[in-house]
Amino acid sequence: MSTTVTTPTPAAVPAPTTPASRFSFAPLNVGRFVVWGLFTLVLAVAPLIFTSSLSITMLSQMGIAIVACLSFNMLLGQGGMLSFGHAVYTGLATFVAIHVLNAIGGGLPIPVSLVPLVGGVAGMLFAVVLGFVTTKKAGTPFAMITLGIGELVFAMSLMIPEFFGGEGGVQANRVVGKAVLGITFGPQIQVYYLLAIYTLICTAAMFAFTQTPLGRMLNAVRDNPERVEFIGYSTQRVRYIAFIIAGFFAGIAGGMYALNFEIATAEVVGAARSGPYLLFTFLGGATFFFGPIIGAILMVVAFVLLSEFTKAWLLYLGLIFLFMVMYAPGGIASLIMMNLRVAAYGKLRRLWGSYLALAGTVLVMLAGAAAMIEMVYHLQLNAALGPNLRFIGVPLNAEGLDSWVGAAFVTVVGLAMFEATRRVFARQWGEIQGEIEHEIRRKEAL
Amino acid sequence: MTSSAYALELKDLRKSFGKTEIIRGANLAVKPGERVAIIGPNGAGKSTLFNLISGRFGPSSGGIVLNGKNIENLSPFEISRMGLARSFQVSNLFTRLSVFENLRCGVLWSQGYKYSFWKFLSKLHDANERAEQLMKMIKLDKKRDTLAMNLTYAEQRALEIGITIAGGAEVVLLDEPTAGMSKSETRRFIELIREVTVGKTLLTVEHDMGVVFGLADKIAVLVYGEVIAFDVPDAVRANAKVQEAYLGSVLADQQAAEAGVH
Repeated sequence: MSTTVTTPTPAAVPAPTTPASRFSFAPLNVGRFVVWGLFTLVLAVAPLIFTSSLSITMLSQMGIAIVACLSFNMLLGQGGMLSFGHAVYTGLATFVAIHVLNAIGGGLPIPVSLVPLVGGVAGMLFAVVLGFVTTKKAGTPFAMITLGIGELVFAMSLMIPEFFGGEGGVQANRVVGKAVLGITFGPQIQVYYLLAIYTLICTAAMFAFTQTPLGRMLNAVRDNPERVEFIGYSTQRVRYIAFIIAGFFAGIAGGMYALNFEIATAEVVGAARSGPYLLFTFLGGATFFFGPIIGAILMVVAFVLLSEFTKAWLLYLGLIFLFMVMYAPGGIASLIMMNLRVAAYGKLRRLWGSYLALAGTVLVMLAGAAAMIEMVYHLQLNAALGPNLRFIGVPLNAEGLDSWVGAAFVTVVGLAMFEATRRVFARQWGEIQGEIEHEIRRKEAL
Repeated sequence: MTSSAYALELKDLRKSFGKTEIIRGANLAVKPGERVAIIGPNGAGKSTLFNLISGRFGPSSGGIVLNGKNIENLSPFEISRMGLARSFQVSNLFTRLSVFENLRCGVLWSQGYKYSFWKFLSKLHDANERAEQLMKMIKLDKKRDTLAMNLTYAEQRALEIGITIAGGAEVVLLDEPTAGMSKSETRRFIELIREVTVGKTLLTVEHDMGVVFGLADKIAVLVYGEVIAFDVPDAVRANAKVQEAYLGSVLADQQAAEAGVH
């Protein structure tokens, strides 16, 4: 049965009639239209659903973060270049954009809506200069140089107060120049839509880049720089051009930041900003184009909401990062793609039970661990308020043995249950992957 | 362009690593279209010679001439652009790209697309057609979308050759193309190499003597960094120096091994 050609597989359907039709992949393009249409729709509709001023602020920041993380991933995921200093390009562009915004206030005839583009040009120029040094090397030396340049620029930001504004930073007012069609960019919602347009265009442009000869050679440089040299390409040149393009989009994100916050302080060029780009791009998933978008959204959620919710948010973030590196090094995007593959073969249903169990045990473990973390933070920071606190509705006594033993017990039980379910899940997952591989081989044999 | 009499010339080529001289004045002149096998004992410097020619290392002294132009001081990508391609002893692929993408990467420069980021790959019909054609030539058209790292060993070796010939180079260096293959795989693979390198100047490093005498028009014997003989197979076989230095022992070993089997 399995060897006969009775069931036409999807792979066998597009018959190669002419070379041109072979490469255009009509079905894929339909899917692409749907995806981009949905993305546009989400960008347009999001502020109509989440109408509070907090959510509009967050949505604006998400747009900025998406462009920044995607540009970062052009280096990390697509080029294999681990940069510890991406904020240099977003941050310097923010400063340039702020100064330009002030100049517009002084009569410079540039529409405010083009300020992000000015940031992009600035980011690109800085990448042309600094990237020339940086991209001379690849791998660990590259990472070290980016770290060095990051520190250098941060140090300079305090040395040159004329440009960086010293400790207080530089402020600007975005409600300047002539209002076009009554759009002053005073209300946050107007800024949001401008940023959304930039986000959409930049995302599309960066995706288009992955489909060009240079974009593909950048992947080749990531996979095997040595071989690239033997098929006619200079790896250094590929890295350099890609770095400049990434600098351009980073600069646009910097310009968007300037419009949104109307202030630039020294920290926007520093490691405190570069670190999250790396962390959240990785969390979102560097191996897929859309991974950094997820990462960027999580970044804003973590920075705005998680930091409100608990003082220990950086600690939780570190823990999550640790878990991701250990168990899902491809990030959330790769988790999604792996499960989509399982779903495509109709086997996802078998995993639901395990997923529920995993989620449940993780929550138990997390509740116990978080209770202890919160008690430590409470003792250290809120000692004046007494030893009693409430954590997810449970009254705890940070100085009482009961609370500590209880929390530790919950953690250990959660951990044990998690490990047990993880093993069952790992076996199930392995089985399903084996079945899928088998099915693929069977199709190939047809 | 004036075509020189030789496709590739080595002129008193030397290479030292530290105080050890690995290549000690190698001379070789290969005519266009010739198929040359380079043989020699382990440590004779065969791979080093390939690394020098392809620009992976710079020579300590001496000259390398490709179609009448000196290339000894050029970097690998410049040499590649001048029409010399090489394969590697250990497969050197773009592991996370598909078979098709691997081949297309090999094609792009030769089709003039360079570092362009204003054209879509899917619209580059000439490059795509060439990649498809290559995929059929190396018989991997069924594996079009398989990632290079998921191929079998023999398939990876085939893809290695595919990337090497993708750019249409006139001079092709193959570094032990059949390394690690079984006898029957080797036979099929040699046939494949013969098919895909028709009309090219071919240099191979090879250990299997059966393959060497079957595939090559001429044999260069490299011993301790010197080419001690360069001639047609029969003449090399009869060469006393070669007998003494190398081939005699190898042939004797092979005969002994065959005698043992019978």
